[in-house]
Amino acid sequence: MAFPLEKAEDPTKLRRVAIDPVSRVEGHGKVTILLDDAGKIHQVRLHIVEFRGFERFILGRPYWEVPVMVQRLCGICPVSHHLAASKALDLVVGAKRVTHTAELVRRLMHYGQILQSHALHFYHLASPDLLFGFGSAVATRNVVGVLAAFPELARQGVLLRKYGQEIIRLTAGKRVHGTGSVPGGVNKSLTAAERDELLAPLPDVKQWLRSGLAALTGLYGQNREQYDSFGTVPSSLLSLVGRQGQLDLYDGVLRARDQYGKIIFDGLDPQQYRSQLKENVRSWSYMKFPFIGSLGPEAGWYKVGPLARIQNCDVIDTPLAEEARQGLLATSPTRQLIHAPLHYHWARLIEMVHAAEVIENLLHDQDLLGDQLMASGPRAIAGVGIIEAPRGTLIHHYEVDEQDLVTMCNLIVSTTHNNQAMNEAIRQVARQYLDGQELTEGLLNHIEVAIRAYDPCLSCATHALGKMPLQVEFVDPAGKVVQRLVRDGENLAAVSA
Amino acid sequence: MSDKLPQPAGLPIFLLDGHEIPFQPGQTVMQAALEAGFYIPHLCFHEEFKPHGSCKVCTVKVNGRTVASCTTAAAADLDVESETSELRDLRKTLVQFLFTEGNHFCPSCEQSGNCKLQAVAYELDVLSAHFNPIFPDRPLDASHPDVLLDFNRCILCELCIRASSEVDGKDVFALAGRGITKHLIVNAESGRLADTKLAVNDKAMSVCPVGVIQRKRRGFAVPIGQRTYDQKPISEVTISRLQGHPIGHAEDQEGDGR
Repeated sequence: MAFPLEKAEDPTKLRRVAIDPVSRVEGHGKVTILLDDAGKIHQVRLHIVEFRGFERFILGRPYWEVPVMVQRLCGICPVSHHLAASKALDLVVGAKRVTHTAELVRRLMHYGQILQSHALHFYHLASPDLLFGFGSAVATRNVVGVLAAFPELARQGVLLRKYGQEIIRLTAGKRVHGTGSVPGGVNKSLTAAERDELLAPLPDVKQWLRSGLAALTGLYGQNREQYDSFGTVPSSLLSLVGRQGQLDLYDGVLRARDQYGKIIFDGLDPQQYRSQLKENVRSWSYMKFPFIGSLGPEAGWYKVGPLARIQNCDVIDTPLAEEARQGLLATSPTRQLIHAPLHYHWARLIEMVHAAEVIENLLHDQDLLGDQLMASGPRAIAGVGIIEAPRGTLIHHYEVDEQDLVTMCNLIVSTTHNNQAMNEAIRQVARQYLDGQELTEGLLNHIEVAIRAYDPCLSCATHALGKMPLQVEFVDPAGKVVQRLVRDGENLAAVSA
Repeated sequence: MSDKLPQPAGLPIFLLDGHEIPFQPGQTVMQAALEAGFYIPHLCFHEEFKPHGSCKVCTVKVNGRTVASCTTAAAADLDVESETSELRDLRKTLVQFLFTEGNHFCPSCEQSGNCKLQAVAYELDVLSAHFNPIFPDRPLDASHPDVLLDFNRCILCELCIRASSEVDGKDVFALAGRGITKHLIVNAESGRLADTKLAVNDKAMSVCPVGVIQRKRRGFAVPIGQRTYDQKPISEVTISRLQGHPIGHAEDQEGDGR
């Protein structure tokens, strides 16, 4: 099996360019590009070079530790892992339905996280490319540059993130890596004072989101063609949808559509995910390649995440977000599905609007303050928990023995689903922009822009976040480095080999 | 240091860091200090059990000699030093050794926030284990229907051994091995906890200062913010509890072991 540009015929005769690490994404990945002497591109790959091992070292541990331990996969979206694990283990402890209060608290925690994670990505990581241009001066193409040129937008991004983090703190116990959700329910609900603390900033939050959405649609209006075509490769879509087909990021059934919007499967019980989803491995990446089994590994790859979700659902059941969704869908005059990666940003903002509306509804539900926190029932040996994490469908699957210890763990994290999609997007960008060109930092950033659109969480490690150094090596066919470009902070320097 | 109790008149006294500490004949330096509202860091000491003197975290200088305050009898002519930088450094190193010898993964440990080792470490400003971890291989014993044993966290304080023997009359636990290979074992031919008479209401269940002996299926039941050492450091929590004003979650306030 091979995709175009996945494998060069004779790599030994080609020049290798590496973007290592890819910057302004969560975690550590690299891109390699193989070119011939004429600058023609023969191979492009996104490699995930970290190995975490959580599926292995959770084995033999007691199940109640799992939601707290596995969330350490990530510092940006730990709530997703915390909740997906809890949902899987709800079934193990026999809580087929958690109490209404527990579900409200978990949903609040989750939508708070959607808000803060999307805010982090759009305002801090992605906006520099969109506001200044993909090939703009590297010295200002970062969040500090945004703070200088668009201080109000940057400030709103920071405050949106803060608001989401406060929701997480009040539901999970702390802003990062809390313990609020446990198998069978939650360990706390909200007090009236805590609820009021979260209600107070909501009008501002909604206003900031309107501004963010207006800013993005303004950018789109200035450069429609680029947004509609950059790195576009059609594919199938996968996400959870609510039981009435509405957008639901916490719970539901699995639905997949082909690239034209036709349903591949629908209403799939999360417990049965393995009947439709398979995984493949390739020798050059630690990240697996999932695919829809019935379509096979070559045709069965798909996209997940905001752009998939808002097109996979029938409707968003909150008014402002649905209105914004219709705005994005209207950019496709033929009503064909939108596959352009840059529209992930728009979709992300729509989901932030939705999150704010959901949070408002939850805060007005008196049961959020309830004291019925835990449910239980007959024990089961296995459970699958699926949630729509900020970056897409997240699957946790565990088996637990009669001594309460975990014997099997399978995690398919959101970014993994997008592995092929990101690889195809950067191949498309390489064809469009890099083929036959002399490579510059600005051109290479086009590759990163395509990856960033998917907001990958490559290892889920916060310590890798920020202004990471970028090193590009030009290697001759004999493997000798002929030129090295190093970006350190805001400086780009050519370093002789 | 929290509020000091009014000192009863007529009792003999010794000096602790210059403070006059009254004591009853037969009391140790540790007992008299705690009773007077002065905290001395400790791990293997528990007010309901005969002092053991094994962890050495309560080391003080008495008239210039280093001794364990939990096993040293109070006497009228003692000049005890406790809160000195030399002794804090020594205690800190001892606690770092404990982190190094076991597998103490606080981020996913259900005892986090209620753990005496963690709390003493914070009290002593231990911010890293400093030494290279040994990472011993210590499988769990989950054979008991209601109790989980996670030997990774054991600090060999022997409180469970003392409680099981002296209070429960069951002798469920023991230590085996010598030196660095010393480890907690279960007193059953099979070596499995399920083959002992341990019951969830036993005293041995409530004295572990760390997270070795756990009730199954209730981990993380207490939210962050309400755990024993979330609001106040262990020095204040210990003294407040001894003065009848427990801080933190009541469930985790059984004896000085918690």
